[in-house]
Amino acid sequence: MSTHSVEAIKQDSARLRGTLLESLADPVTGALREDDQTLIKYHGSYQQDDRDLRDERRRQKLEPDFSFMIRTRTPGGVVTPTQWLKLDAIATTFAERGLRITTRQAFQFHGVIKTRLKATMQAINAALIDTLAACGDVNRNVIVAANPRQSYLHASVHAQAAALSEALLPNTRAYYEIWLDEQRVAGSGSEDEPTYGERYLPRKFKIAFAVPPTNDADIFANDLGFIAFVDGDGELLGYNVSIGGGMGATHGDAETYPRLADVVGFITPDQVHDVAIAVITAQRDFGNRDVRKRARLKYTIDDKGLAWFKHEVERRAGFALQPSREFAFDHNGDRFGWAEGEDGRSHLTLRIPAGRIVDSEEVKHLSGLREIAKVHEGEFRLTPNQNLVIAGVPAGQRTRIDALVTRYRLDVHARASGLRLNALACVSLPTCGLAMAEAERYLPDLLDKAEVLLARHGLLEAPIHLRISGCPNGCSRPYLGEIALVGKAPGRYNLMLGADHRGQRLNTLHRENLDEAAILATLDGLFARYAAQRTRELHFGDFLVQAGIVNPPTKARNDIAIEVVA
Amino acid sequence: MSAVLALPTPLTSEQSALLAQFAAGTDNAGLLWASGYLAGIARTPAHAAPPQAQSASVRPATVLFGSQTGNARRTAEALHAKLEAAGLPARLVRTDAYSTRELSSERLLYILISTHGEGDPPDDAIGFVEFLSGKRAPKLPGLKFAVLGLGDTSYTDFCGIARKIDARLSELGAQRVADVGLADLDIDTVAAPWTRNAFDVATHVLKSTQPSATVTPLRPLAANKPHGREHPVAAKLLESQRITGRGSARDIRHLEISLAGSSLHYEPGDALGVWPRNPSALVDDLLTTLKLDGDAVVAHADTEFPLREWLSGKREITRLSRPFLRQHALRSGNADITALLTPERSGDFAALLAHQQLIDLLQDSTGQWDAAELVAALRPLQPRLYSIASSQKVVGDEAHLTVAHVEYTRNAQARWGAASHFLASREEGQTLDVFVEANERFRVPQDTSRDIVMIGPGTGVAPFRGFVQERRETGASGRNWLLFGNSHARSEFLYQTEWQQAMRDGLLDRLDLAFSRDQTSKIHVQHRLLEQGTALYDWLENGAHLYVCGALGMGHDVHAALLDVIATHGGHDADAANDYLESLRAQGRYSRDVY
Repeated sequence: MSTHSVEAIKQDSARLRGTLLESLADPVTGALREDDQTLIKYHGSYQQDDRDLRDERRRQKLEPDFSFMIRTRTPGGVVTPTQWLKLDAIATTFAERGLRITTRQAFQFHGVIKTRLKATMQAINAALIDTLAACGDVNRNVIVAANPRQSYLHASVHAQAAALSEALLPNTRAYYEIWLDEQRVAGSGSEDEPTYGERYLPRKFKIAFAVPPTNDADIFANDLGFIAFVDGDGELLGYNVSIGGGMGATHGDAETYPRLADVVGFITPDQVHDVAIAVITAQRDFGNRDVRKRARLKYTIDDKGLAWFKHEVERRAGFALQPSREFAFDHNGDRFGWAEGEDGRSHLTLRIPAGRIVDSEEVKHLSGLREIAKVHEGEFRLTPNQNLVIAGVPAGQRTRIDALVTRYRLDVHARASGLRLNALACVSLPTCGLAMAEAERYLPDLLDKAEVLLARHGLLEAPIHLRISGCPNGCSRPYLGEIALVGKAPGRYNLMLGADHRGQRLNTLHRENLDEAAILATLDGLFARYAAQRTRELHFGDFLVQAGIVNPPTKARNDIAIEVVA
Repeated sequence: MSAVLALPTPLTSEQSALLAQFAAGTDNAGLLWASGYLAGIARTPAHAAPPQAQSASVRPATVLFGSQTGNARRTAEALHAKLEAAGLPARLVRTDAYSTRELSSERLLYILISTHGEGDPPDDAIGFVEFLSGKRAPKLPGLKFAVLGLGDTSYTDFCGIARKIDARLSELGAQRVADVGLADLDIDTVAAPWTRNAFDVATHVLKSTQPSATVTPLRPLAANKPHGREHPVAAKLLESQRITGRGSARDIRHLEISLAGSSLHYEPGDALGVWPRNPSALVDDLLTTLKLDGDAVVAHADTEFPLREWLSGKREITRLSRPFLRQHALRSGNADITALLTPERSGDFAALLAHQQLIDLLQDSTGQWDAAELVAALRPLQPRLYSIASSQKVVGDEAHLTVAHVEYTRNAQARWGAASHFLASREEGQTLDVFVEANERFRVPQDTSRDIVMIGPGTGVAPFRGFVQERRETGASGRNWLLFGNSHARSEFLYQTEWQQAMRDGLLDRLDLAFSRDQTSKIHVQHRLLEQGTALYDWLENGAHLYVCGALGMGHDVHAALLDVIATHGGHDADAANDYLESLRAQGRYSRDVY
């Protein structure tokens, strides 16, 4: 822990300004001052370093190879082709490793060095996109089902999500002063902050909007969720509200655990804002500010009781929630290829492995999407599964888009195994400071090896959800993977098994601290049994539970603590 | 005691009285010790100039030297030692310790002086050369003189300063007793006969002179030191660490060398001389290109070695020289080279020397060379001097160096700088032949309360690592300001973590940085000096010492920037600014180590 606690840094930051300007101007280091490393998160950036080079550079008497990750605030992951081209240019000019789609429908740029940070931020803003509150103890990027079929519903839900995202921005001009050269005015540094207060939230806060029957937003992994309902004419009726989801945990600490959100009631669309404010302010006032790893809303709810918290929300909102309505999700992945929308336009969902859009020796995805953006007349939608929808394509443009997709080998979905199509990976090494083991970089290799096993058992087409995460924090939502690898140490993972296919059942720790050989050997045996016993509709995770291979977690929190050996 | 003081002395009556008083209260052991002590003091350059002119009858010869890298000093020391050994009265004086008022009373003056860059004098001779060239220089009808220049034919104005002094002294009416010697990098080829001749002249000129009182120094002369340029020490390489990160095209090394078991001692600011061996791949290429047998024994100048050894360890094969090119033009019949040797083509000639090595030349046109001719035509291999990047107060019996490995590709073949490649390719545990080359003019201030400003871009930062270590260990209270630059901050910020630590520890008060290629406009240290002009002038007014180390061109640019700062912030015109800076130099507050 730093000498200055996060709570104190927030409070003393003069509304997220801190000494960022001084830190940015210091030529002696590529890093920021320690407190500013916390504050820059609220501006949508993390200071990182290339961990592959740490020791090498120490011996070279050079400081770590510091650079910055920048994350956009793009509610629902929607950008226009014009914006795409600008973001592409930013990635090419200022960043390394292309554009990356996150599991929260944001773009991430990696490897931006300090001296180019401001220019990058300005370029992002010139694309009419900001990064404010993309990280930090505030509401993060609001995610929205990327559902390509229900066009009108998607439009109204997205509009509601975007408005909520805007309404929940911290009230500070710091972002504009530091990055966009806005002059400081009277009151600057002590702006009113009615929602967050001067210490902001105890911890990050995540909101999602889902549209059944698809749970691509993994709504229950979010602090606050809105599950949309429509009437027979496709009009938005309102939402079931879910609260208290969250993935993060700490190895070896049973006090921390992933938790799925509880559905607590139904609201009408006009009540979304008030309910969100009520949940956020209740968490602001009752969340744990003493122990950071117990500060997420899920722990507040478990500590205070769900009924108590619901009551507090209703009290703050000034109205009671209606009884929640019946809903059903059939899956939490993406459906690839072309889909027809209600509006007569077509939507093409492309598989982007680990969300990384890059030009490499093998593929030229960055170039390909650049060419598509130049001719595309609709919009782009990032999915919460790190994939990409080329949305709103007029019928006459499909052939042209198809030709580009083929030419640039963007048709990964046409060739990949079920496992490869659905896998998620967080960034992890070399840049993530939390990473304990490889994730994104290791995924292709792991998939190659797992596919050999799947082929042997005739399971190449089985849509098994594999999620790999470099640490237990859970950016790739590993605890909702039918198979999950959670990094413990270089080359070592906890193998977690048995989530459902719908984002409604967490997986369970199966074996701890496995190396690759042990992981593959374990999976080989399980694949063999699945191949022998599965029926057509039985998903792998459900099979594992039904066969008694894993015990599904109950709601009792100690049962889902990840350190409990199955 | 009175008997002693009754002899003619160069002392004032006041000094005589003090000495008598001291002698009266001191026992024999003390007197003997003091005699040696005083003699030792007399030998240090700062004291070499007598306080006042001696009478003509005892006027000794003056051996005056201006030296940048130590070669002129060494040659001057050798001449002086030879004169003294023969009982001829002579004194050895460095140009910046020489009072120009004495010129008109000199009888026999030898000047040994090097020329640098585009015809510049060594730093310690700038004032002397200026005086001699100027209107205030006196007529010198009674003076006999001889000048030896040291230089490098690779530069256009070869030995320009020596030739200028030689002409000027003659113009002032002095009598030239020996032709000006113009020594190329193989110094002894010219210096040895010149020294013999100078000695003969002195014997003749001074023969009527009574021998002066001689003293035996307590410490042996530099020439008799057990270690030195000609007697290097085999030192073990402890560590060779690249200190440029990925993304840098340059391989800059931090080397740690053990001096354990040797008597080598250095001060921060001194250089470590390294005797390289040429790359064996290059030697093979030369032998192949010339179709010569490396095992053939070649005799030259009383020694003999196999040709391969001559090329590997005895001759310069990575640098070209004008004499060699002249010969090669004849042997190859290459009219292009002949044309380059004309004065009009001096720019192209300099470019050739800068960009081509011997092997490039031979691969273009082999020429008719046999082994003996080749060995005779090539210049002797020279040691290379590297500013030491450490203080012995911190690193004990180690010396650290910061070396840019010169390595590039030409015609799809690797080319190297002889010494940097030699150093970079040594493995830890191997030995190097090294010696310490003192640089008295580049020292931290004796007064530790003085502020220092260190300007050292690139590998020029090396001595300042030693300075900061030294200032830490001596608890110096003066402030330390470093200006450093390179191409890229991310990969070429030499010793970045050490400077950061020094800042945290309060040892480095200011660190200004110029990374030339991190933005569209190129920013160099001189630009930072101009930006920080107010502070810099304040520091200077406060008594700060200025140090500049690094490339020659940088040294020029920094000098110009300093003049600008002094003019702008001191309200001086150009002449006054120049005087200000020259006065700093004269006070030992503006020291340069540029190469």
